[in-house]
Amino acid sequence: MSVLGIILGGVLVNNFIFMQYLGLCPFLGVSKGLDMAMGMSGAVVFVMTVASAVTAALEQFVLHPLGLEYLRTIAYILVIASFVQLVEIFMKKALPGLYQALGIYLPLITTNCAVLGVAMLNVRNSYGVVMSTVNGFAGAVGWSLAIIIFAGIRERWKLMDIPSVLEGFPLALISTGLMSLAFLGFSGLFKNLVK
Amino acid sequence: MNKSKVSLGYDFVKGFIDENPTFKLAIGMCPTLAVTTSVINGFWMGVSVVFVLAFSNVFVSALRKVIPDEIRIPVFVIFIATPVVIVELLMRAYLPAIYDILGIFVPLIVVNCLIIHRAEAFAYRQPVINSLMDGLGSGMAFTINLMVIGAIREFLGTGQIAFGSVAFPEVPLFEPAAVMLTPPGGFITLGVLMALLNIAVARVNKRKKAGSDIGYGNC
Repeated sequence: MSVLGIILGGVLVNNFIFMQYLGLCPFLGVSKGLDMAMGMSGAVVFVMTVASAVTAALEQFVLHPLGLEYLRTIAYILVIASFVQLVEIFMKKALPGLYQALGIYLPLITTNCAVLGVAMLNVRNSYGVVMSTVNGFAGAVGWSLAIIIFAGIRERWKLMDIPSVLEGFPLALISTGLMSLAFLGFSGLFKNLVK
Repeated sequence: MNKSKVSLGYDFVKGFIDENPTFKLAIGMCPTLAVTTSVINGFWMGVSVVFVLAFSNVFVSALRKVIPDEIRIPVFVIFIATPVVIVELLMRAYLPAIYDILGIFVPLIVVNCLIIHRAEAFAYRQPVINSLMDGLGSGMAFTINLMVIGAIREFLGTGQIAFGSVAFPEVPLFEPAAVMLTPPGGFITLGVLMALLNIAVARVNKRKKAGSDIGYGNC
């Protein structure tokens, strides 16, 4: 599987939101405005890329050689939780500007199932450390694309007259469904590159 | 309502209506949509969640006075991850076919918002027995939600509902719409279901404003 295949797969064909149902809670919760969506996207791209690299390295150099695969779930979630905490502390000191921008979104990422999800998918597809990192990055970009499009749509709701029974979640889910239907079209493209 | 007077029965029942995880709180959406392509998948996912939720609620509640406030989330995560690994190993051993279908969503129970939400909002503040009831109630409500959504999608998507080797009706009565089994079908089914529920609530309680607000995104 080529790098290009992984990137196209992660961003379009196997989009995390529309095709794999990963990371829906923050997708629905933090998409009220474009600014918020972009802030969250930045944080997710960063955390997911590095978390993929770290968990893949953990799998390759610790869990697999020691035969501890059954501890994978616990090990991964602890690594991700502590990594997010670490990033937060580091950014507060070293990059206060970026911390101001992303700070409030960082703690939320621990419970974003896309982060743990991509780590699990990397293992199932037996990607190495490099491919896992690429896959994590591509998945995060796909997730960001979805939430930014959706935030744009939600901003337009403010101008519309929505039936009260559809307000909030029902309309959000139906819109997501229609967008997902559009993304279903990508599954026929790039057949030679993406499995 | 006075907290001390809230009964065990209420702690069990409230998960079904007042604090219904899917339709009222809208948490745990990923598995709600991902595994509901059939009734039976929804059922096994639900059973796993009931077990994990009861386990984590009891332990969080039992140790609520010793857990330091600053690191409570990592501690919760450990109490949640342990039963998840138990479920994962049991399922792989005894239900390999289901384990293959549910895929990564079994380990992903660890980050299911429903479980951490119950730990944070209920078990961390309440006695053990109440927490157990709360866990069982919310978990069972979640299971029922998954099975209902699974039933709708399976029926419309395949034309029948299968229980093991028995399918009802034996011959599909209409041309099945396979789109119901794909991700768009899942999103639209849940959206329409919520809208219908809002209509029902608005009918029952005219003065209550229908429509839920998206406000639980912090988990």
